[in-house]
Amino acid sequence: MSGELRDLYQQLIFDHYKAPRNRHPMHGASHEAEGHNPLCGDNVKVYLEIEDGVIRDVAFEGGGCAIATASASLMTEALKGRKVEEVQSLFEEFHHLVTDGEAPGRAELGKLEALAGVREFPARVKCATLAWHTLNAALAGRERPVSTE
Amino acid sequence: MKMDREVVGLPATAFDVQRVREDFPILAERVRGHALAYLDNAATTQKPAAVIEALGRYYRHDNANVHRGVHALSQRATDQYEAARETVRRFLNAESAREIVFVRGTTEAVNLVAQSYARPRLGPGDDIVVSALEHHSNIVPWQLVCAATGAQLRVVPVDESGAFQFDAYEKLVGPRTRLVAVTQVSNAIGTLPPLERIVALAHERKVPVLVDGAQAVSHLPVDVRALDCDFYAFSGHKVFGPTGIGALYARGSILESMPPWQGGGDMIRTVTFAKTDFADIPARFEAGTPNIGGAIGLAAALDYVESIGRAAIASHEQDLLDYATERLAAIPGLRIYGTAPGKAAIVSFTLEGMHPHDVGTILDTLGVAIRAGHHCAMPLMQRYGIPGTARASFALYNTRGEVDALAAGIEEARRLFA
Repeated sequence: MSGELRDLYQQLIFDHYKAPRNRHPMHGASHEAEGHNPLCGDNVKVYLEIEDGVIRDVAFEGGGCAIATASASLMTEALKGRKVEEVQSLFEEFHHLVTDGEAPGRAELGKLEALAGVREFPARVKCATLAWHTLNAALAGRERPVSTE
Repeated sequence: MKMDREVVGLPATAFDVQRVREDFPILAERVRGHALAYLDNAATTQKPAAVIEALGRYYRHDNANVHRGVHALSQRATDQYEAARETVRRFLNAESAREIVFVRGTTEAVNLVAQSYARPRLGPGDDIVVSALEHHSNIVPWQLVCAATGAQLRVVPVDESGAFQFDAYEKLVGPRTRLVAVTQVSNAIGTLPPLERIVALAHERKVPVLVDGAQAVSHLPVDVRALDCDFYAFSGHKVFGPTGIGALYARGSILESMPPWQGGGDMIRTVTFAKTDFADIPARFEAGTPNIGGAIGLAAALDYVESIGRAAIASHEQDLLDYATERLAAIPGLRIYGTAPGKAAIVSFTLEGMHPHDVGTILDTLGVAIRAGHHCAMPLMQRYGIPGTARASFALYNTRGEVDALAAGIEEARRLFA
């Protein structure tokens, strides 16, 4: 197997693909949004329970490929207990990680770094960021489903 | 040159895939350290040197605008452009080159028919019949005219094997059906609908038929007069020609009756601010400076296909299809979509526990190029309740060795995801 492939499909990715964390509907969520990747037909729904500017709970439904599903699962873990005001810099940091690898270092990515291998596969960046774009839509309170296109 | 092979009457068994491969410079590319196995031919085909050289020759020696210059280059460009039209006519066995309209591709051809033929004839209560196998380009143009006119789109279903349901078709074509639009080969799963019966039934009921030939032209002999279809659309890039050029065949008597759909230069006879007279067919449908180089490249591609022989190509691809089906069907957890008898060299599949995009990425790291996704046939994917498939689609230059590389890559993907 090539090194690029090993970097992309790390054990942690498989772990979160096969046993996604926080994948369930959430009734009465304070924020929610749907995201769609028209390239592959994948859909994801993100739910947030926000109280006093803090993400108390977060869940998702849907997913798709290993990258999209694992990314959504890892995202939910990274968000729990985090202040809403920190989310934007975390997303930016993550986006750099999966595109150019140049992380400005404004936020600690922790386990999210398992997705760094995506940058060698530009066609898969949208898989890795679908849940994050959907998160942004949920925070912005958009009613129309967000698309990666 | 393979040009002479048919001339000297060698049998189809003289087809030599290694010699064919030498005609396609790109096949020598290496991808991520591996020999390229290009199995995404339903998306676009690679170009033989003959096409690349024809484009270069035109731009180096003959480039000028067509149909208007008094100078030598303009005459050469015009002659070659019109000769390309004649080549398309011959390739499709149309009666007259007047029935060949150059377009950007299949999509534009279908839109032309939708806007110029269908739209003026449609009203509330009328309908257009398509099949569940269609590419979005043979769905959305009809939805647009239906929305504009109040007509309805009716869809012939497919069964689990992906076969066209003729019984349902028979019931769907009614007194208010104004057009049947159906693909010759499903791009997503390879099904060949029974075109001759489809056309015969439609004509019995006085309904014209458009055939989407995008996936057919590089694989099968096409004869629009034998098919008896009224419209036939295809794209150059799917038959080893350049992108941005394609052709619409339309029966002359019908094309004569159609108004222009785009206005501009080259499609007129005289223009005054009081009144404009439109040109005869096919110029009436070619507003603006056409893709001259593209048409010349397309003609070179069609000549290339003829030099190999479409029967020889079909036989080689049938062998690849049989071999690929056998190899892939033996892989545990692999399901092939499109198992109707009689199909083109397209193998669409899913792997248990794996998303097609992951399969595609893993194959890519091994130099194997396939398509993963919905193949612009989302309604068909919905029919099967899947987001998409991985699809290997073959062309005349593919080999059994490349099928082996595909199978080995799938096995590797399974190990990785085990």
